[in-house]
Amino acid sequence: MIYREAGQFKTSYASDQAIFPIAQDRAVVLLALAAAFVGPPLLASEYWLQAILIPLLIYSLAAIGLNLLTGYAGQLSLGTGGFMAVGAYAAFKLTTAFPQVSIVLVFLLSGLVAAGVGLVFGIPSLRIKGFYLAVATLASQFFLVWLFNKVAWFSNYASSGTITAPDRAVLGVTVTGPSATASARYLTALALVTVFALVAKNLVRGRVGRSWMAIRDRDIAAEIIGVRPLRTKLLAFGISSFYCGVAGAELVFLYLGSAETQAFDIGLSFLILFMVIIGGRGSILGSVLGAVFIVLVPIFLTNAPHALGLRLPVALQKQIELMVFGGLIVFFLIVEPRGLARLWQITKEKLRLWPFPH
Amino acid sequence: MSGLLEIRDASKSFGGVQAVTRVSLEAQKGEILSVIGPNGAGKTTVLNMISGFYHPDSGRISLEGRDVTELAPSRIAELGVARTFQNIALFRGMTVLDNLMLGRHVHMKTGVLSACAYWGLAQKEEVVHRRRVEDIIDFLRIQDLRRRPTGSLPYGLQKRVELGRALALDPKVLLLDEPMGGCNHEEKEDMARFILDVNEEWGVTVILIEHDMGVVMDISDRVAVLDMGQKIAEGTPDEVRANPRVIKAYLGETKAVPSTGGSRV
Repeated sequence: MIYREAGQFKTSYASDQAIFPIAQDRAVVLLALAAAFVGPPLLASEYWLQAILIPLLIYSLAAIGLNLLTGYAGQLSLGTGGFMAVGAYAAFKLTTAFPQVSIVLVFLLSGLVAAGVGLVFGIPSLRIKGFYLAVATLASQFFLVWLFNKVAWFSNYASSGTITAPDRAVLGVTVTGPSATASARYLTALALVTVFALVAKNLVRGRVGRSWMAIRDRDIAAEIIGVRPLRTKLLAFGISSFYCGVAGAELVFLYLGSAETQAFDIGLSFLILFMVIIGGRGSILGSVLGAVFIVLVPIFLTNAPHALGLRLPVALQKQIELMVFGGLIVFFLIVEPRGLARLWQITKEKLRLWPFPH
Repeated sequence: MSGLLEIRDASKSFGGVQAVTRVSLEAQKGEILSVIGPNGAGKTTVLNMISGFYHPDSGRISLEGRDVTELAPSRIAELGVARTFQNIALFRGMTVLDNLMLGRHVHMKTGVLSACAYWGLAQKEEVVHRRRVEDIIDFLRIQDLRRRPTGSLPYGLQKRVELGRALALDPKVLLLDEPMGGCNHEEKEDMARFILDVNEEWGVTVILIEHDMGVVMDISDRVAVLDMGQKIAEGTPDEVRANPRVIKAYLGETKAVPSTGGSRV
């Protein structure tokens, strides 16, 4: 970076293995995090919180979850939407059955339910790999959505089949349901993403994450040094589905307010997968960057012509938006197939030496 | 007397091809046993049976008197058998350090929950095993490569890192499948030195497959010769060198042994 790390010597393996070994990095991240907690609730408008920042955080969480499975453990999955639906419906059932239970606990339990379902649908991964596995995970996507559609019990026999988030409070502040403020929902989502991103980082830098990456890079060699493929792959499916489940619950409870199964269709699975690919496979930061890219770029493109003073017909503008967006995705993948996270890393390494070439 | 690792009458066929026929081998504790033979003799198949990739059609493999014939590769690793591959199988996307830390996998016990929290048990364990890995990094003289992704390393160094990953397991038996294949003279010498040091200082039993006869004859305690899936000779390097069946297998006639053209160590 622009700052220098000279003079910072690591004197223990513990400090060498820290998430941010450089003091300035730590400071910047902590400041940014503090700003994220304080800034938007004070400054951002209702529209920004509700339409942009909240979904951004929720997608980030889902992308982190999918990245653990696809980016770290190398198991391609198109079942994300299905697992998110499990989380959402589980949260709905749990909180309507036990209204007194804290909503945060409900989210976590819904994640566990999704993890259980993920484990079951992860079993084929022991036999099939790559694209074939992706096709097999499609089964979970279609089956789960069909199930929630078909069985009225999941939506408490609502005639419309819609699930609606009731009012629930955390520490006396209403965070879900119609009477919750956007700020409260934003802070809840942010707190959950922060905690779970940290947990994900802890997982991937230790024994568990290494065994995932070993399976991804060379499954035969992984077995030969004692990584058990069955346990490792299922663990990845379980934990990934946990993340997706929590994100799915948040999607309904903190963002949409009410939803039908369409909210969790295959399009959502692809959207999250794109975030992982564009952000960077095998990177926690990348998952967040990918979510930022997918959420913010279309909004930027929508507003850009107006800001430039161009008056285009709405239909035409929508077409251009899609074309430019698609083009940008291709562009970024050609420039750096390993995603935005890798670009960021390269930039940092270059700046470390700047202005000297070597 | 029973060896540390025993193979009794192991046979393996693939479809109609009989790769290995009733081969028996015995590795004594602390020795370097080389397995040589022409291409296609079944050497790698024997190694694959030991490490659990293939299970023999008939016969028995035991480690320290315990039957391991039907165990999965990961279980055999847990019992203390490590190996390297003929065509390097490193985790290319990971750093040298992470590759070696994976070698410690079977010795680590961190569960998912303590891994989530990290600070505490998981960190303590990481540091303990990092220390061991650093010993191996020092031993192999790859200190400057810790943070390099293994995919970007030159061939000889990849071979060395792969040896390091196997060593990180603290193996009782180390299976090396052509550790010097494709290496230049200098790299071969280094590798031979590492193998000898591992064997002498750490007491690791080594089973070595290698084509460089000079190295094999110099560093092995005993040599077993396979040809067409059968063991045709076994003994000290000198005995094997003089064995007419071995000479026939290699040269097709009874003249001289392929003389030690490779490196002297």
